[in-house]
Amino acid sequence: MNLIMAILIGALYTTGVYLLLRRSIVKLVLGILFLSFATNLLLFFTGGLTALSPAFDDGTITDFSVLSDPLPQALILTAIVIGFGLASFSMVLIYRFFKETGTVDLDELSDIEK
Amino acid sequence: MLLFLPLLIPLLTIILLLANSKNLRYQHFISVSSVVGQLIVAIAIMRKVSLVDIVVSQVGSWEAPAGITFLADYTSAILVLAVAIIAVISIFYSIGFVDKVRQRGGLFILYQGLLLGVNGSFLTADIFNLYVWFEVMLISSFVLITLGAAKQQLRGSVKYLVMNLIGSSLFLAAIGLIYSQLGTLNMADIALKLQQNGSTPLINSALMLFFIAFGIKAAVFPFFFWLPASYPTPPIAITAFFGATLTKVGVYVMLRFYSLFAYINEPYWQPVIFVVAGLTMVFGALMAASSYDIRKILSFHIISQIGYMLMGIGLYSVIGLAGALFFVVHNMFSKTATFMAAGLIRQFQGSYDLKKLGGLYKARPLLAFLFLIPALSLAGIPPTSGFFGKLFLIYAGFDAQDWTITIVALFVSIITLFSMIKIWNEAAWKPAPQNLDQESVSGNVNPIAFGASIVITVLTLSLGLTVFWTFGYFTEASRQLLDNQIYIDAVLNSVSTNLN
Repeated sequence: MNLIMAILIGALYTTGVYLLLRRSIVKLVLGILFLSFATNLLLFFTGGLTALSPAFDDGTITDFSVLSDPLPQALILTAIVIGFGLASFSMVLIYRFFKETGTVDLDELSDIEK
Repeated sequence: MLLFLPLLIPLLTIILLLANSKNLRYQHFISVSSVVGQLIVAIAIMRKVSLVDIVVSQVGSWEAPAGITFLADYTSAILVLAVAIIAVISIFYSIGFVDKVRQRGGLFILYQGLLLGVNGSFLTADIFNLYVWFEVMLISSFVLITLGAAKQQLRGSVKYLVMNLIGSSLFLAAIGLIYSQLGTLNMADIALKLQQNGSTPLINSALMLFFIAFGIKAAVFPFFFWLPASYPTPPIAITAFFGATLTKVGVYVMLRFYSLFAYINEPYWQPVIFVVAGLTMVFGALMAASSYDIRKILSFHIISQIGYMLMGIGLYSVIGLAGALFFVVHNMFSKTATFMAAGLIRQFQGSYDLKKLGGLYKARPLLAFLFLIPALSLAGIPPTSGFFGKLFLIYAGFDAQDWTITIVALFVSIITLFSMIKIWNEAAWKPAPQNLDQESVSGNVNPIAFGASIVITVLTLSLGLTVFWTFGYFTEASRQLLDNQIYIDAVLNSVSTNLN
């Protein structure tokens, strides 16, 4: 499970970086979203949530020390909310960007600059 | 309770300002009273710190490693005070300088949001809480930098947004790594556990992620390209406020993290910091020397001067850290003053382009001096604050026998002087060019903005003149940073005094 998760997180980071390096501003924003998803997952698994150490007590648990650390879940909740805010701001920004410049290509940006 | 006021006042002000955002007189009144209130609180914190050395508040009385701790030592108190002073002046300058559309669009609300994030970052002693304050600061700055949505602003803000969001992701990932290793988020507790366990390879990779994240915010060498692209785009009143707050928070956090965590691995970190610091100084200064837009020159100099602050952190001695901290405060004042003077020059002559300016000294000598004094301070001419800042850093460099970085610092000073003199020659001494675009030349400056600019220039000058009186505070701050046991004890042992 941990190995699968590690690979998944790595894949998400890779996708994010790949998208960030593209020229389209839409892909740029998607890349940022992927980076933040990957980071949230990374944070989630710092709590050590596995089959042997569940997150909740369903009434069958006698030894409470096996429960996984709940704090990372609170942390990613905060991180997700912040991520949503930033994502919506980026969306509005690229929409305004497109309306003002008429392009989604970042390379044309430097041409406009001159 | 005192430590929460720098957070509660901006938060309350935001609510009050939102209630009536179209009435400018109301907005001005509330904003000014709020920043004056914050200034009084900042002075009170400074006074209390100078009496008891370190002030600690546990939020909701939850004991330290579990709850969030707020802490003010000399470093935090000095920086909160400096930001409060800059905030008062910036608000007045913005009232006079920024157009009414942007003022109605929420300028003052966003200023308070920025102040909330900056004060929070200076006072918190919890890394996740620090992340939250960073985001508060960032989202306000995102909106401020795009406020008004002029074409060039949108262009600059895309780079600013992307770089800072990458920085935030890395910051959060590093928090995850630290938490999975040490099981705590409290900065004092992390420092204590690092002392007990020694360092592990994963701690260093987490610290490197932190370094990159804060390096992006502070605009150090490989990560600085967003700054010259975005800072010159909004109205210069906003740029002046940004220059005094955002990058400095990045430097402050590096200072704090170095003194609490990274010093354990000093042989590894010191060369990294020196290389980054040297390259930051040289690149910033050289790129400034090749620019002809005042705003661009000043923005590149922000980068160059971040290098000096990093150098002080790398030296990690009493004089070095005190010099770095003094340099941060000096830079806040001088940079704001030069940006504000540049804005007035723009109002007077209609351009930021040095090729289109000229004859300022003949036409408005006072305005020319408003630029000259902070510019000389940035270059480091005695008796200005910049001279003393560099003196302390270079003294510390020679003292530690780190010749290369010290010689680079001296060399960069000369380039800085060159570009300041270039602005002075082109804008003030050269005769006014004939083909001046007459329509954009108003020949007037706004009196409120002019007054604010005079006040900040006087403050810049007095920071240099009173250095022998104030420097005690800075050395005290650096003693506290060097002996981090004080910090750890203050956070973790204040529990027992609370419970008794």
